[in-house]
Amino acid sequence: MNGLAVQIRMQRGALPLDVAFEVAAGETVVVVGPNGAGKSSCLLAIAGLLPLEAGRIALGARCLDDGSKRGFVPAERRDVGVVFQGHLLLPHLSALDNVAYGLRARGHARRAARETASSWLERVGLGAELVDARPAALSGGQSQRVALARALAIDPAVLLLDEPMAAVDASGRLALRRELREHLASFAGPRLLVAHDLADAFALADRVLVLEEGRLVQAGPIDELVARPRSRYVADLVGVNCFRGVAHAGVVTVAGAPLRVASNLEGEVLVTLHPRAVSLFRQQPAGSPRNVWAAPIEALEPTLERVRVRLGGPIPLVAEVTHSAVDELRLEGGGEVFVAIKATELNVTQC
Amino acid sequence: MPARNRDFPTALAVPALVAVAFFLLPLIGLLARVPWSRAVDLLATREVLDALLLSLRCSLAATVLSLVLGLPLAVWLSSGTSRTHALVRALVTLPMVLPPVVGGVALLLAFGRRGVVGAPLGEWFGIALPFHPAAVVLAEAYIAMPFFVLTVEAGLRALDRRYLDAAATLGAGPWRVFRTVTLPLLAPSLRAGLLIAWARALGEFGATITFAGNLAGSTRSMPLAVFDAFERSPDAAIVLSLVLVVVSAAVLFSLRRRWFPA
Amino acid sequence: MKSLKSVVVWWCCLLLVGCGAGGERAEARLRVFAAASLTEAFEALVDGFGARHPEVAVELHCAGTPQLVLQIREGAPVDVFASADAVQMQRVVEFATTLGEPQVFATNRLAIAVPAGNPHGIAGLADLARDDLRVLLCGPDVPAGRYARQVLERAGVAVRSVSDEPSVKSVVTKLLLGEVDAGIVYATDVAAAGAALTSVAIPSESGVAVAYPIVTLAQGASPETATAFVDFVRSDAGQRILVACGFEAP
Repeated sequence: MNGLAVQIRMQRGALPLDVAFEVAAGETVVVVGPNGAGKSSCLLAIAGLLPLEAGRIALGARCLDDGSKRGFVPAERRDVGVVFQGHLLLPHLSALDNVAYGLRARGHARRAARETASSWLERVGLGAELVDARPAALSGGQSQRVALARALAIDPAVLLLDEPMAAVDASGRLALRRELREHLASFAGPRLLVAHDLADAFALADRVLVLEEGRLVQAGPIDELVARPRSRYVADLVGVNCFRGVAHAGVVTVAGAPLRVASNLEGEVLVTLHPRAVSLFRQQPAGSPRNVWAAPIEALEPTLERVRVRLGGPIPLVAEVTHSAVDELRLEGGGEVFVAIKATELNVTQC
Repeated sequence: MPARNRDFPTALAVPALVAVAFFLLPLIGLLARVPWSRAVDLLATREVLDALLLSLRCSLAATVLSLVLGLPLAVWLSSGTSRTHALVRALVTLPMVLPPVVGGVALLLAFGRRGVVGAPLGEWFGIALPFHPAAVVLAEAYIAMPFFVLTVEAGLRALDRRYLDAAATLGAGPWRVFRTVTLPLLAPSLRAGLLIAWARALGEFGATITFAGNLAGSTRSMPLAVFDAFERSPDAAIVLSLVLVVVSAAVLFSLRRRWFPA
Repeated sequence: MKSLKSVVVWWCCLLLVGCGAGGERAEARLRVFAAASLTEAFEALVDGFGARHPEVAVELHCAGTPQLVLQIREGAPVDVFASADAVQMQRVVEFATTLGEPQVFATNRLAIAVPAGNPHGIAGLADLARDDLRVLLCGPDVPAGRYARQVLERAGVAVRSVSDEPSVKSVVTKLLLGEVDAGIVYATDVAAAGAALTSVAIPSESGVAVAYPIVTLAQGASPETATAFVDFVRSDAGQRILVACGFEAP
């Protein structure tokens, strides 16, 4: 199977889209980013529904679009399987005929197409009683299965999925996500998925691309993203503290307060800090932590294993502590605590 | 009920009632004069049956013509917003606001024996349209097709084009997408367009009598028969009018969901 | 309540404007309905009458006789009605009140009208049965159509008209447009069309008598003026105008 090489340059309304990435065969890449960042436009361009202004989209040696009129291969000749946002099952056809549609368009006889479609519906786990149902009668999860079967049935060279979970209610999401992972794993070509929810990225991605305002701001495995978010969006997404400041001689000034860091970067920087790397004390600590200040407790947000402590002060941030620490430090009572952060825990990136 | 008063100020009640009466009274006038006992006899005459049959044939032919020519036009009109599109739309809409008689005169001057199209048609193929049932079809299509085109164009513009995109990614070329996705999704608009075009064709008078003439069995459609009978035998005209009122009401009834959604 | 009053005033204004639109004043108004074939002659007659009676505003309406009869039946305020035949006049006499008996004031002859120069070489009624010709007649209720069918029947010629036209003038129009090759109208219509049409005479022995009766109607607004107009039509001056237009004295 061939890998997908993408270099997209186009104007989408006020947004200049300019991204380049590759997806290897057998690799699942998940694109995340805020609304309007250009994620769906990338997918449409690869699907052949949005011509490039400049750049190049290639599948192995086969060029699908090079920004010219002659180099543009229309969607119907690209062999790209797409699971659209909202699934877009053809409302006038049954589930079975939706899956058979692509095969019919490729010249398969009606009967053969329906037989293949039927086996695909079985594979994605759609109940036999729903095979003849119209899309309007299907639940979000059922319709997602049909959409996946429809995209896979044409034996595509690339698989694109645009927020496939968006129309699925929360209760069914976990199981469906697991199923989707299995189906993606059994598809040999490149797989590109746009997700809104980081949980999808966690569950499915080999690699994550972060798209913001038409540009790739970060690309890499999900662990790396969580460990070293390179933008406020990613930091918020993974629940990491993030400050913008000016660095000079090992000190970053954030909102007027100095933060000592173990970095020699200069100028505008983004500082991220994992909530677990924040230590809290009732008494002023002595010893190695080089950043210490007093901060009022604003709120406690218990999660399953830990408690997120929202702190005010010169640099508002979130700390994560164990439930026993909450008792020991009597955090329930509110008041002030001392915040201590090691310089080495502060992750500094240029911005 | 203060909210209700805001929706409908009392001062408007009288003119609104006058308007209702204005539309109701002609119907009452017609119904009051229907010679019910002789209605069947009046309808069963040779001339009336001829007119009915001719009207049915010609209006259906005009509707088919509207579909065959109007659908591609509507698809093109919905495909862009250029100046050319706007100009063509104005051209197509013109017969809706033009007095039909003027349309008939214009058709005669174009397709008549000395017309820009009619002259070569007659010279090369020996075809002469005026005074022929084909002229009735043309006159009716000229008046009715705009209603079809605009209805279908509105339907096309309201269509969710992403379904067409989805079909394209499945390997369907433009023609297959049109046949297997656009048309089925467009079906309600097509039905409405055909119905309104047919009703309009059935009622066409001015363009027909001017362009096609008025001959029993050949070009005398129902409205022309009403016009003709009214001079000679008003009772027959009233019964014929009643038939047309019933047909029009039936069309309106079947379109009610689309025009007046609850 | 103030709003209601102002709305009522508004509507009254609109109604008044609507009513006032026709408020052109003349001392006497006369509405004359005349058969379509009389169009040119009656225009001249109205002018002649107007010169003698400047205080009278004459409205002339010419159309196919059956249409005029229909409007009279529905109560149009018509003072004078000039019909192209006695049959239609008889219907008016039956359902409308007339002042005095209808009087014949002119006669006319039928003619075959063909395009200038007679390109199809039509010599007489028998030619109208030819397959290569499109012949146009008025409808059988229209006097000209009734006369034409009588003439053809007497001559033993079977003609299929391509349409039943509502008046001789619309037959003339279709001839002028070149849509048809021949039509049977009145001799006066061919003359009125000028050089564009040529007349092929119909021999008088096979002809029928075309006579125009005129009558004064009680449903009009001014019966005295109406009588004066009918008198003028039948006077020497009126007859001279009619003869100049190609009609003959009764």
